[in-house]
Amino acid sequence: MADTKARPLAPVRARTPGSARTVLLRRARELALVPALLLLMVLGAFVNDSFLTERNLISILGASAALAMVVLAESLVLITGKFDLSLESVVGIAPAVGALLVLPAAQSGWGTELPPALALLAVLVVGAVVGAFNGVLVVKFKLNAFIVTLAMLIVLRGLLVGATKGKTLFGMPDSFYSLATTTFLNIPMSVWLAAVAFAVTGFVLKYHRVGRSLYAIGGNADAARAAGIRVERVMLGVFVVAGVLASVGGIMQTGYVGAISANQGQNMIFTVFAAAVIGGISLDGGKGTMFGALTGVLLLGVVQNLLTLAQVPSFWIQAIYGGIILVALMIARVTTGRAQD
Amino acid sequence: MSTPLVEAQGVVKRYGPTTALADGRLTVLPGESHALVGRNGAGKSTLVTVLTGLQAPDEGTVRFDGEPAPPLTDRDAWRGKVACVYQKPTVVPELTVAENLFINRQPLRRGFISWRRLHKEAAELLDTWDVSVDPEARTADLKVEDRQMVEIARALSFGARFIVLDEPTAQLDKREIERLFSRMRALQDSGVTFLFISHHLQEVYEVCQTVTVLRDARWITTAPVTDMPRAALIEAMAGETVAEQEQAVRTAEVDAPVLLDARGLTSDAYEDVDLTVRRGEVVGLAGISGSGKTELAETFTGLHTPTSGTARLDGRPLPFGDVQASLKAGVGFVPRDRHAQGLVFGMTIGDNATLSVLDRLGRHGFVGTDRKRGFATELIDRLDIHTEGPDQPVSDLSGGNAQKVVMARALASDPRLLVLINPTAGVDVKSKESLLSRVDTAREDGTAVLVVSDELDDLRRCDRVLVLFHGRVVAEHPAGWRDHELIASIEGVEHG
Repeated sequence: MADTKARPLAPVRARTPGSARTVLLRRARELALVPALLLLMVLGAFVNDSFLTERNLISILGASAALAMVVLAESLVLITGKFDLSLESVVGIAPAVGALLVLPAAQSGWGTELPPALALLAVLVVGAVVGAFNGVLVVKFKLNAFIVTLAMLIVLRGLLVGATKGKTLFGMPDSFYSLATTTFLNIPMSVWLAAVAFAVTGFVLKYHRVGRSLYAIGGNADAARAAGIRVERVMLGVFVVAGVLASVGGIMQTGYVGAISANQGQNMIFTVFAAAVIGGISLDGGKGTMFGALTGVLLLGVVQNLLTLAQVPSFWIQAIYGGIILVALMIARVTTGRAQD
Repeated sequence: MSTPLVEAQGVVKRYGPTTALADGRLTVLPGESHALVGRNGAGKSTLVTVLTGLQAPDEGTVRFDGEPAPPLTDRDAWRGKVACVYQKPTVVPELTVAENLFINRQPLRRGFISWRRLHKEAAELLDTWDVSVDPEARTADLKVEDRQMVEIARALSFGARFIVLDEPTAQLDKREIERLFSRMRALQDSGVTFLFISHHLQEVYEVCQTVTVLRDARWITTAPVTDMPRAALIEAMAGETVAEQEQAVRTAEVDAPVLLDARGLTSDAYEDVDLTVRRGEVVGLAGISGSGKTELAETFTGLHTPTSGTARLDGRPLPFGDVQASLKAGVGFVPRDRHAQGLVFGMTIGDNATLSVLDRLGRHGFVGTDRKRGFATELIDRLDIHTEGPDQPVSDLSGGNAQKVVMARALASDPRLLVLINPTAGVDVKSKESLLSRVDTAREDGTAVLVVSDELDDLRRCDRVLVLFHGRVVAEHPAGWRDHELIASIEGVEHG
């Protein structure tokens, strides 16, 4: 028996190029959408002269910033293996509450006329509270995330319509619009902010234990729990963070549009999920990167822009946009070679 | 004699009214491989959950190295003492091997994960324990044996030197099992202690030094395997059920015509199986889980498709892989799991009982309500289902009555072949009697019956019991067998 220990049980593994290749392959999948994006840009340049101008590209970015924030939020929830549909209503109600707090009663506000800074803080708080409420229902009371957040989506939309009586809110202080109106290097601050948010989140997801725990929970919650991860707490935190990120997206949208209508953010969740899934975020949890999600957003932003430039009749734009998303999902399925489960 | 590494005394664990463990005892000495054996429900898994600190015992003590076990909430302390490799993976499939080894304790540099160090430490850890797995491989891509070794290495890296292996060989083939054993021996030489749980007794003799037997939630014996010949081990597991089973041994009419005739059935679950069932004959299929017995039975119901072989029912070929066609050919069956496959819980008893015979109750897909109700009422009477009537939802019923509804549906089409898979699983004694007496009635009507079960009581009514082991029929017991004979061949002792 004594010699058993010394004898290697299997040929000692050399660091074969095989392992390097698998790493490369994984990276390549992350970049899978980049060629598609480039192809679309080239196509756009041919189709329309004004497509590849600085102004148009910046306008694509500006128009995508709010969507990007919500996709970021949704991606975090999806990686953790949950769902949050109510984010699209947060995009509407969070900035609306802020606006109602600053606006005088004459402009259909609540007449509290809070200072803008406090009101903007309130916007974030609304996002956090909605996220926490969803999180408690889903994580603590173990309700089904899909249905809970679907109900929240409707409730919040209803609250927004009720509080504004369906009217559009406008005339807020400049700070409500400054994310979209102020620029740095010709690019709106909202774009910078979204870029920073993606970079920070991507970094945390890759290099922080909490970030990695999102993947562990989404991949196998029991294993995560056995490894000492506080699964419930992390999930709850993710819902809160997602709510805050979506409320920031709401402020960006407000700035981009210049007002808050009662249907701000409505039907956005479909685009959000499409961007996330095209970008390689799994609806089953545990899979996907921020870079992928970002490319998903940009892809849809470019398509939207191309449709506008091509002067597609507005009555048809929805059908075409939806169809293109469907095709994009199919193409992403083929090029990434993985099931979009 | 050295202090035992693990010592459990008088462990009692109850779940509500059922006592899962009445007297659990275990003493494992450092450096040995200790086998824990017992039939299903003997209390092995319960003892393991107590030993690994997943649940506190209601009574009794667990000591590690002479010291009392840490409190349940102190997971780190438990992880440093004991780890269990379950059949179900406890790794995150999408993450790399390296990351799985260090989940939630990744090496940090200035507060952030250093992937270089993570990969280096993972490679070192795997090398230390001679695990030849690429640390950067996706864990989902690993083979079962490699995944098990990764889990063992992870447990060892926490400082645990006591590893529980819960049926590690169940999903492995023969060569993988050999490799696992040689690794176990090597680890044992480096001071790792194993608690080895297996249904394959020959493996116990191959790799373990000591064996503890549990039966009916109680400790029976602990002995060195060398002092425990197979017969004694089987007897300890099966108990003294030598008392003549007062069973009128039925003499199946040997000259009755063959109803089911299967030749050379082969699939990934079983190999080259011949099977005949005569009119009015009840044939039992026994075997450990993974022996292929369930798949074999499901073959005749269309749920499992063999790769080759033929089956004829009453002289006509029986199509494979098509439940509808099987039903038409005259097969009635009780599927393996009434929750998953047997019942639609939201529907009423009447709807469930008649689900497979709707075409007889009306034309062109329309179902006559009155006829359905009448038919269902008749079935309810026939099977003695305790219910308010055919309109009560199935979800209201107890396990026994729900199973009777499944049986009712199997009988509803007046089948020529009745296939019953675990027909009395999770059913109380009285319902069990009633369900099994249905089998006798069916037999008298000339139906051929095939029973797959882990319950000896189900098999006792059979005219003969075939035992499957690794997909092959290895034994045939005519009615009147002794419990320990059957268990011995089920556990694969005679033909290990």
